[in-house]
Amino acid sequence: MKDKMDTRNTEKKRKENKHGGAYFLGLVLLLYLVLFFFEPEKIQESLKISGNVFIQIAPWLFLIIFLMGIINYFVKPKTVLKYVGKGSGIKGWFLAISAGILSHGPIYAWYPLLRDLRNQGMKSGLVAVFLYNRSIKIPLLPFMAYYFGRSFVVTLICFIIIASIVQGQIIQSIENE
Amino acid sequence: MKNKKQNGDKKGIVVSFYKAFKSFGTTLPIMLGIILIFGLFRTFVSKEMLLSVFTGDTFQSTVMGALIGSISTGNPVTSYIIGGELIKEDVSLIAITSFIVAWVTVGIIQFPAEAGILGRRFAFARNILSFILSILVSIATVKTLMVIQ
Repeated sequence: MKDKMDTRNTEKKRKENKHGGAYFLGLVLLLYLVLFFFEPEKIQESLKISGNVFIQIAPWLFLIIFLMGIINYFVKPKTVLKYVGKGSGIKGWFLAISAGILSHGPIYAWYPLLRDLRNQGMKSGLVAVFLYNRSIKIPLLPFMAYYFGRSFVVTLICFIIIASIVQGQIIQSIENE
Repeated sequence: MKNKKQNGDKKGIVVSFYKAFKSFGTTLPIMLGIILIFGLFRTFVSKEMLLSVFTGDTFQSTVMGALIGSISTGNPVTSYIIGGELIKEDVSLIAITSFIVAWVTVGIIQFPAEAGILGRRFAFARNILSFILSILVSIATVKTLMVIQ
């Protein structure tokens, strides 16, 4: 009986979440419409920028859908649990840090994949570690070094990795409550 | 027997990709919303507006740097360029570092997407912690550099 009620509540929540995205997009479109009356040129420029961003990230979206499909097929919840689940230990932290550093594309494109992995048993702390380490962008490091110097870059990277572990531990303990 | 296994594999692949499309499809309206907000941000918030914030003392500039970095979005190179100009203006390196770290670790504009997909509690805790950590990381980085150099 309780299980049935839980399932119903989860389904209700899922439906609410599904509509939440549409409401959010509706609100943003409404904001565009209102601002269009005051600043039509700026709104046209905003649409142009957004369109360009969408074209730029489209390949990433396809890549992530492909990755999600592959992971759904090959990676079973048991494997997720083993590598980034509760018993993964240091291996899990190392994997989340490395994957975060090596991952590319916009951060929000990774959310659905991370949600699926978490549903399969990935620790929330490791999701946070992955997201934090995405701030280390290897291809952009030469730019950073040009502006701030090499020793600044190396020191900053070390502290970012340390901060990601601290954040992961705190988020994990919050989620465990 | 072999054919049955092959059919099962094919079905498995189709189901896996169908699930991936479905899961991704539910998040698409949120992503489109975020991209549209990004367009607004780029048009309505100029580089000069961002630069004008760093006028107070080190502590105030550091907190403001983290705050502005948190609400800013886009290619991190933009934050390096603004950071480079701030160095010329003699703004404290701690404030600049908190700005460039918050730029890539805190996502106020992406918050609705993160909360909608990964959960409100998770997104809230992660962003608050990232904000605090951007200040701590900037202090630790600059103080360490002062010791090294």
